[in-house]
Amino acid sequence: MSLFDHTIKELEAKLHNKEITVQDLVDESYRRIKEVDGQVNAFLTLDEENARAKAKELDEAADATASLFGVPGGIKDNIVTKGVRTTCASQFLDNFNDPLYDATVVQKLKNEQAISVGKLNMDEFAMGSTNENSSYTPTRNPWNTDYVPGGSSGGSAAAVAAGEVLFSLGSDTGGSIRQPASFCGVVGMKPTYGRVSRFGLVAFASSLDQIGPITRTVEDNARVLEVIAGHDEMDTTSANIDVPKYTEALTKDISGLKIAVPKEYLAEGVAPEVRESILEALKVYESLGATWEEVSLPHSKYAVSAYYLLSSSEASANLARFDGVRYGVRSENADNLIDVFKKSRSEGFGPEVKKRIMLGTFALSSGYYDAYYKKAQKVRTLIKQDFDKIFEDFDVIVGPTSPTPAYKVGELIDDPLTMYANDILTIPVNLAGVPGISLPCGFSENGLPIGLQIIGKYFDESTVYRAAHAFEQATEHHKKRPQLGGAN
Amino acid sequence: MADISKEQVKHVAHLARLAVTDEEVEQLVDELSAIIDYAEQLNELDTDGIEPTTHVLDLKNIMRKDEPKEWITQEEAFKNAPDHEDGHFRVPSILGDS
Repeated sequence: MSLFDHTIKELEAKLHNKEITVQDLVDESYRRIKEVDGQVNAFLTLDEENARAKAKELDEAADATASLFGVPGGIKDNIVTKGVRTTCASQFLDNFNDPLYDATVVQKLKNEQAISVGKLNMDEFAMGSTNENSSYTPTRNPWNTDYVPGGSSGGSAAAVAAGEVLFSLGSDTGGSIRQPASFCGVVGMKPTYGRVSRFGLVAFASSLDQIGPITRTVEDNARVLEVIAGHDEMDTTSANIDVPKYTEALTKDISGLKIAVPKEYLAEGVAPEVRESILEALKVYESLGATWEEVSLPHSKYAVSAYYLLSSSEASANLARFDGVRYGVRSENADNLIDVFKKSRSEGFGPEVKKRIMLGTFALSSGYYDAYYKKAQKVRTLIKQDFDKIFEDFDVIVGPTSPTPAYKVGELIDDPLTMYANDILTIPVNLAGVPGISLPCGFSENGLPIGLQIIGKYFDESTVYRAAHAFEQATEHHKKRPQLGGAN
Repeated sequence: MADISKEQVKHVAHLARLAVTDEEVEQLVDELSAIIDYAEQLNELDTDGIEPTTHVLDLKNIMRKDEPKEWITQEEAFKNAPDHEDGHFRVPSILGDS
């Protein structure tokens, strides 16, 4: 049994009772990384020297009351870490070795004495759902390394699933926390838009991006979100709304909880074994005293189109900053300034990133703006209204996170439209801005995890966590572990 | 199939400051056409009178006093720069050989 089979709360007690030290926890993290990361490729950069020094310092500290005291975690590589290489898994930032500041979320983790062991692999600039768009070695699924871990926060989900860290941070623009959490059998939360500061998150689509935690248990997840959430004057889109104690919402009492199940989320296109798992989960909810009813999100089928137009448009503007002038890899083949821009970008960006910049630039260009970009924004309004209407009568929406379990490596790489379409259950949540979590609710016939998605009202992560925790505590799915490394 | 021409792809690539090879142009014509074609489904929806959503929260302009604060130094700003000289980022001439 690994130390990381315990919750943060259990480890806190062990630290308090001197059964273990912070150095033991950090040792466990690097031991496991050395054991299995050659197969999983979850990490792009390790920060071992600093992490070990910090562990030693904490073991000598008089005050051990910080809420993530000595807890080893990993940070997605699109979140800036002072002095620690931050690449977004892009060749453009391959030499970005010395970022000048910490993202607000990283500073908040440090304030609570969490220890970052390193930076986690991802699809380049968070564009992708398999991690195959990493410009380094793609991450593999710890449950079966012939399969993808999902994306774009594939490294963040795989590192937790493989027992390399106790928690990680990911970012979610169209499902990039929840879908990999689903594929890797862990818990991933995309908070309400504005709940967590984006300062220091390398922007993909600013109106959709949100940082959130990935963990093995709902309780740990709530604990990490409590730390990273809250208003930040450095991010004017972060909401100035009090952060509740999410861990106190985990009462296990969900009697009377009203669950909506959109028929579109169990429709054709959802794999039968996924549908079965969700129906089983709904039985668990009934047994716990909740009620559920079928509802409709009639515009969800338009979400994928609207999302790709909007997110790519925002990306085309956000990624304009990568010009080869102030940081990043500059092309050596450029003779004039415009060549520096064009060649540095063309040599530094991978095909998916270029494609989305092109799509976004097209959708924003003169003559097409109204037909594509503005139209998509209007459809976004309709999608948001679908959610508003359901939340007038229900507490949460429940369905699968992804229509299928993990894909085989290479299976969808040449079929982008199918790959995009598979994000249909996560994308509407980002377009509406509401919070959503994925947690394990079963396994496919070939042993791959299946994820349950719970979607809540704006800024009501507490109810989402309460519903997720009650299900988790009534089932055993979260206790299964991938057979990876060592003697296996 | 949506009609996106090679010329359009080249024009958009220039706007996006991307250098594209002939092969990439061919590929992007196909890929962008397929995505735009797919996105045409949005036209099934009547959105007359629907307000566009740029942002899900009710955001207002946030004002603050314009006061100097501690931030990175000039030296730090150059730490990750490909090239710099005399306190400036250095780039090739704007009208160089091309």
